[in-house]
Amino acid sequence: MKRFIGFIKKEFYHIFRDKRSLFILFGMPIAQILLFGFAITNEINNVDIAILDHSKDVTTKEIIHKISASNYFSIHQFLEKESDIESVFKKGKVKAVLNFEKDFSKNLIKENHSTIQVITDATDPNTANTISNYVNAILQSYLKEQNKNSTMAYQIRPQTRMVYNPELKSVYMFVPGVMTIILMLVSAMMTSISITREKELGTMEILLVSPLKPFQVIIGKVFPYIFLSIINAIVIIVLSIFIFKMPVQGSLFLLGIESVIFIITSLALGILISTISATQQTAMMISLMGLMLPVILLSGFIFPVSSMPVPLQVISNVIPAKWFIIIVKGIMLKGVGLQFLWKETLILLGMTVFFIGLSIKKYKIRLE
Amino acid sequence: MMQNNNVIHVKELTKKFGDFTAVDAITFDVKKGEIFGFLGANGAGKTTAIKMLIGISNPTSGEADVAGFNVFTNTEDVKKNIGYMSQKFALYDDLSVKENITFFGGIYGLSRKRIKEKSNALIEELGLEKIANHLVGSLPLGWKQKIAFSVALLHDPKIVFLDEPTGGVDPITRRQFWEMIYKASHEGTTIFVTTHYMDEAEYCDRVSIMVNGKIEALDTPKRLKEQFNAKSMNDVFLKLARG
Amino acid sequence: MSINLEHISKSYGKVEAVKNISFKVNPGELFGLIGPDGAGKTTLFRILTTLLIADEGKANVTGFDVVKDYKNIRKSVGYMPGKFSLYQDLTVEENLTFFATIFGTTIEENYELIKEIYVQIEPFKKRRAGKLSGGMKQKLALCCALIHKPKVLFLDEPTTGVDPVSRKEFWEMLKRLQQKGITILVSTPYMDEAALCDRIALIQDGEILEIDTPANIVKHFPKTIYNIGSKDMYELLQKLKEFEHTYSMYPFGEFVHYTDKRDNFNPTELRQYLEKNGLQNITIEKTKATIEDTFMELAK
Repeated sequence: MKRFIGFIKKEFYHIFRDKRSLFILFGMPIAQILLFGFAITNEINNVDIAILDHSKDVTTKEIIHKISASNYFSIHQFLEKESDIESVFKKGKVKAVLNFEKDFSKNLIKENHSTIQVITDATDPNTANTISNYVNAILQSYLKEQNKNSTMAYQIRPQTRMVYNPELKSVYMFVPGVMTIILMLVSAMMTSISITREKELGTMEILLVSPLKPFQVIIGKVFPYIFLSIINAIVIIVLSIFIFKMPVQGSLFLLGIESVIFIITSLALGILISTISATQQTAMMISLMGLMLPVILLSGFIFPVSSMPVPLQVISNVIPAKWFIIIVKGIMLKGVGLQFLWKETLILLGMTVFFIGLSIKKYKIRLE
Repeated sequence: MMQNNNVIHVKELTKKFGDFTAVDAITFDVKKGEIFGFLGANGAGKTTAIKMLIGISNPTSGEADVAGFNVFTNTEDVKKNIGYMSQKFALYDDLSVKENITFFGGIYGLSRKRIKEKSNALIEELGLEKIANHLVGSLPLGWKQKIAFSVALLHDPKIVFLDEPTGGVDPITRRQFWEMIYKASHEGTTIFVTTHYMDEAEYCDRVSIMVNGKIEALDTPKRLKEQFNAKSMNDVFLKLARG
Repeated sequence: MSINLEHISKSYGKVEAVKNISFKVNPGELFGLIGPDGAGKTTLFRILTTLLIADEGKANVTGFDVVKDYKNIRKSVGYMPGKFSLYQDLTVEENLTFFATIFGTTIEENYELIKEIYVQIEPFKKRRAGKLSGGMKQKLALCCALIHKPKVLFLDEPTTGVDPVSRKEFWEMLKRLQQKGITILVSTPYMDEAALCDRIALIQDGEILEIDTPANIVKHFPKTIYNIGSKDMYELLQKLKEFEHTYSMYPFGEFVHYTDKRDNFNPTELRQYLEKNGLQNITIEKTKATIEDTFMELAK
């Protein structure tokens, strides 16, 4: 045990004396969260829009009032005729035009539905998409209010699902993804680099020719990163709660346990990478290309898995991060517990066991 | 600037890193065609001094002319007129012998025709016909070092700097290497060499020994041995560097 | 036997690094493996320290088989690899403490053994290992390899790239360690260091050229060597090369070591030949063979 503690102490010396790894460890989570939270956001603010109201009745007035009262839009102009739409877009003054059909109120009461056309400037597809989502959300909430007072429910099918993120804060969507990436990166990349560094320096030779057992070396190398990863997870959650006012609906305890499972999976992956790379550089490349890219692209962090081509959907199943993101989203955003997440948890656990087994098997007690 | 036939002229050359003086006001001249041994213990400042002479590190103070050019102001001209080879890096392991020659000929601006001539001459002289297309990484160290030396001479430099060129090389190849050095020197190329083999120090025309950033001794091996009342250069070195 | 190798061979792909090597090292012996880079020294060290498995042959260290009983060997040997293998970002003291801990001991427990060496680096104990000079690093690495009081010490090229002063000190340390009963296997490319060993194995291209005491190895040199000196070394070499009776000629310091093809060599004849060819200040004297002479003769 004393040997083990001595080993871990040494690892911490390495970590705290290497400014670069310290930066990656603690600078990155904060930078990423802030970056995703503030810069790469899907939120919109005071977007200029124009309105073409063919009805000019009570309902349209109310809706327009509601829209202009929100912080998301400011009404730049009221248009008179259809042909104005094109010209106002061409001038680039507005990002969207709301086109209310004739007899809007009448239709809504009589036929239970009426149409509003949301025309957006798709040169910026991301914003365009967001705008239409926001308009939709405002319409939904307007209808909800109306339906409260009426016996007959107006039926308007929602086009987007935003039930779990009613405020449409995109940072909520990013937090689970960012957390996944950072835990993966810290655990897998940092461990694989720190193990290959010993190989490169030649110190691994001495460690091998010592009475330390291989698993002691491995555990000694990864232990500090378990600890640091947990700290990172805490930092991320605290940041998202206090800076982005993100609510955590489910059990923090469960979130912690699931994070530890994911961290261990990543560490096992890191060990695996270190067994196949001879230099720190290779370890880093493999971690970045082999782990980061799939996590970013295939885990559902940025692109929804359901909209991927089928082969990619299949591939995405073998990525531990995908399951972890589902779990984190479930706990943080939906507030569900293990009764809903047992399947994902089980898959993740299975992967953990598999990777640990594989990395122990691959780990060499000798040089090649 | 360059009187008589000195190809290296160093005066009060100094390099400081913070409080630490790595090279402390060294002064010496090297004549054309001379084999100049530049010795010193690890950490005595040899490498720092060489880096300044080949124009990759700026002196803190003092002056140094190499091949007739000031290393501080005419760095580019200095680089054109010198060759450099070190134990750590000499040739690209993943290129063949020929590719290495072509590459290094190219970066020194030799014409394609000239590279071809030189390359053929070099291959013939070293008897490399069979291995000219082998990757350098697959050759024994001694071969690599011999080829690297020839490559360093490719652009007919006035001076060649050799930083521990024979470390770890077997004794026979080491001597073949030194024969190449003699030959180059005989043909007028100045050789500036560092080594940890003290018998190699005896091969030099003149030897300087650096201790703690200063040149503590500079003369022919013979006179140094007389001066320090020593049997070999090894003893000279031990007496100087220990004291 | 402290170390015993029987017909050890090891290849990397097509390259035969070590070919059918056998030798024994007695307890308490200072045994040198002398040969240039690429001779197979490091491969032998790695086989003996259980880091590599030989393709063929058997090897024992302190009575344990290097393959089957590797765990026992790892407990009882000290190893200093060729590359400086300490943690550059840890201080002198931290490195030493770390290696003591992983071997389940403390600095205090075995301080007697390393004391002489450690006092030389103790003034710098708070300095990071990466900032030490070459000689200091060497001493620290030796301390770390000794901290668990090994029975056998493996030193792979401990003096390569180290200046003659530090090299001399290092060998003095080895001699003292030997007196404390530690068996030492050391490799070096410097032939002059061979004389400091009890016995040596000359090794080149994965094969052993000869194993004996340094004195015997020198004695076995088959020819008489003459030191030939002249003012112009380059011309001297050229002319000797052209001389029809030359058997071998190698520059050695300020002289050339010359051997003649014939048994009844007459120095005057050579002197006349050289003078005729315009060489000046010619000296010709008999000299003793060195280990390097023997090595070159055997490696030819």
